[in-house]
Amino acid sequence: MTDLAVRPAAARGTTATSRPRRIDRSAYLFIAPVGIGLGVLYIIPAVTTFVLSFTEWGPFGGNTFNGVSNYVGIFQLETFWTAMGNTLLYALIGLLTLPIAILCAVLLNRKGLRGVAIYRALYFIPFVTLPVASGMVWKWLYNGDFGLINQFLGIFGIPGTYWVSNPATALVAIGIVQVWSQVGYYLIIFIAGVKDIPAEYNEAAELDGATGFRRFWHVTLPLLSPSIFFCSIVNVIATLQIFDLIYVMSQSGVSANPAFNATQSILSLFYQKAFAEGDKGSATALAFLLMLVIGALTYVQFRLQRRWVNYV
Amino acid sequence: MSEAISARTSRIGSVVTHAVLTVGAVLMIGPFLWQVLTALKSESEVTNVPPTFLPLEWVWDNFAEVFTSLPFGQQLVNSIIVAAACTIGQLAFCALGAYAFARLEFPGRGLLFALFLSVLMIPKQLLILPQYQIMSWLGLLNTLPALILPGVFSAFGTFLLRQFFMTIPKDLEEAAVLDGAGRFRIFYSVMLPLVKPALAALAVITMMHAWNDLLWPLVVNTDPATMPISAGLTSMQGQFRTNYPVLMAGSFMASIPMIVAYLALQRQFVQGIALSGVKG
Repeated sequence: MTDLAVRPAAARGTTATSRPRRIDRSAYLFIAPVGIGLGVLYIIPAVTTFVLSFTEWGPFGGNTFNGVSNYVGIFQLETFWTAMGNTLLYALIGLLTLPIAILCAVLLNRKGLRGVAIYRALYFIPFVTLPVASGMVWKWLYNGDFGLINQFLGIFGIPGTYWVSNPATALVAIGIVQVWSQVGYYLIIFIAGVKDIPAEYNEAAELDGATGFRRFWHVTLPLLSPSIFFCSIVNVIATLQIFDLIYVMSQSGVSANPAFNATQSILSLFYQKAFAEGDKGSATALAFLLMLVIGALTYVQFRLQRRWVNYV
Repeated sequence: MSEAISARTSRIGSVVTHAVLTVGAVLMIGPFLWQVLTALKSESEVTNVPPTFLPLEWVWDNFAEVFTSLPFGQQLVNSIIVAAACTIGQLAFCALGAYAFARLEFPGRGLLFALFLSVLMIPKQLLILPQYQIMSWLGLLNTLPALILPGVFSAFGTFLLRQFFMTIPKDLEEAAVLDGAGRFRIFYSVMLPLVKPALAALAVITMMHAWNDLLWPLVVNTDPATMPISAGLTSMQGQFRTNYPVLMAGSFMASIPMIVAYLALQRQFVQGIALSGVKG
């Protein structure tokens, strides 16, 4: 994994040559297919969507300018604030992925451990699995009457609940599935990170008598912090855009799930506004607000990194 | 003697490590096992308390029922076509553009490349409504091209492949120029084979995203006959409601192609995912 990832940077120096360059206009033909496609389907829509967030969409096309009233309307919507709070909660729960992945990576890095490749492959499977299918399986596991989880809890006399239709538990239940599905991805990154820690550090710590947890806390974790930082950025960006699991587990195929609002994320509210209610102006404004939240949280994380990230 | 002790503690340590990792593996894989076991039981058996582990009676018909009551087969085929077309299209178009950005000198290169990079910053949900509008103008709603088109063009893929083209020594290319080979010949026969590992990584990651995507298909294709399997499965939930064996049979069959692809192409998957960072 790392050899492929590292090569471009490592070889950058060799590509610069001082030989005279010739202009080659056939380049435009090479770029045209992807360039035109991106222009039509990405760049123009990005510009128009910004403009359209300030307009009201007519039922048969045709937009009228209405200033910031889409945004004002959203801020007055109670469901927006619920969805915003929920989305932040999903992101917070999603961060649990990182300590789990770090723990597994450290265990997998044990000297002479057998079966590393098998463990890694197994842990990774949920990540490549169709999220809709995962959501359906977990919905069945969470089922209040016959779900495996409640049956298991029953053995210990613990009463279960209707995990995904109880507003008190639904969000956490979905968040757990998100964590489950993402662990494998971060595991791959942390395994590489732990491997990259020079052996001398651990040997030196061992000579000083630091073992087990202390070595993990004072050697491994600080040296892993750049990877942790990268992963927390990626993780927060990804969970802020949570949609598939919510749609499958709480919104489709259920008539009026009591936990519908309690699980709503910004993106699922966007889908509801745009396609169930046909309120495209509000939906566009929502998409922009989501982008702002993603940008803001990423910025904050970058600001905070100097407090805890160690670059060797 | 101290060595004997440390050998013993390390053996205990290794047992504990395996125990923790095995519990983890069971949590990761258990849901799939339960999915398959449920898919093979009768509708009444899955409501047994306490539950049966192995099916009392193996009901293979659940798998057949998925196909009879839904355009499930059609949706599987749709997903295969969409994933294949997105992958092939993206590799071809991105590689062409990436080669030009990495190797050719032309007016406006810096500006165009900056424009490409700016596309990387746009979150895709922001584009859903305008893209939907475009598909509607083109009359492509409820067709497979609507699912394929946005996935074919990728700023990320272009950027990724450009980085790899940049690492290839110029001498190889210059030798081909001296031999009188045309630009496209050089690109196709000299350069492309040299970035094969990157192409493979990009291919699997594109395929995975195309297969797993849900929001965009839900938006553009509301006709079950043109849905991919991801969207199809969600509508299946409405149809079978509490018939969990059939739902599990359907979700199992829908997820198995990607799992098999992953197990067969582990290296490429891991590389692709390491290179692509954020999902989506």
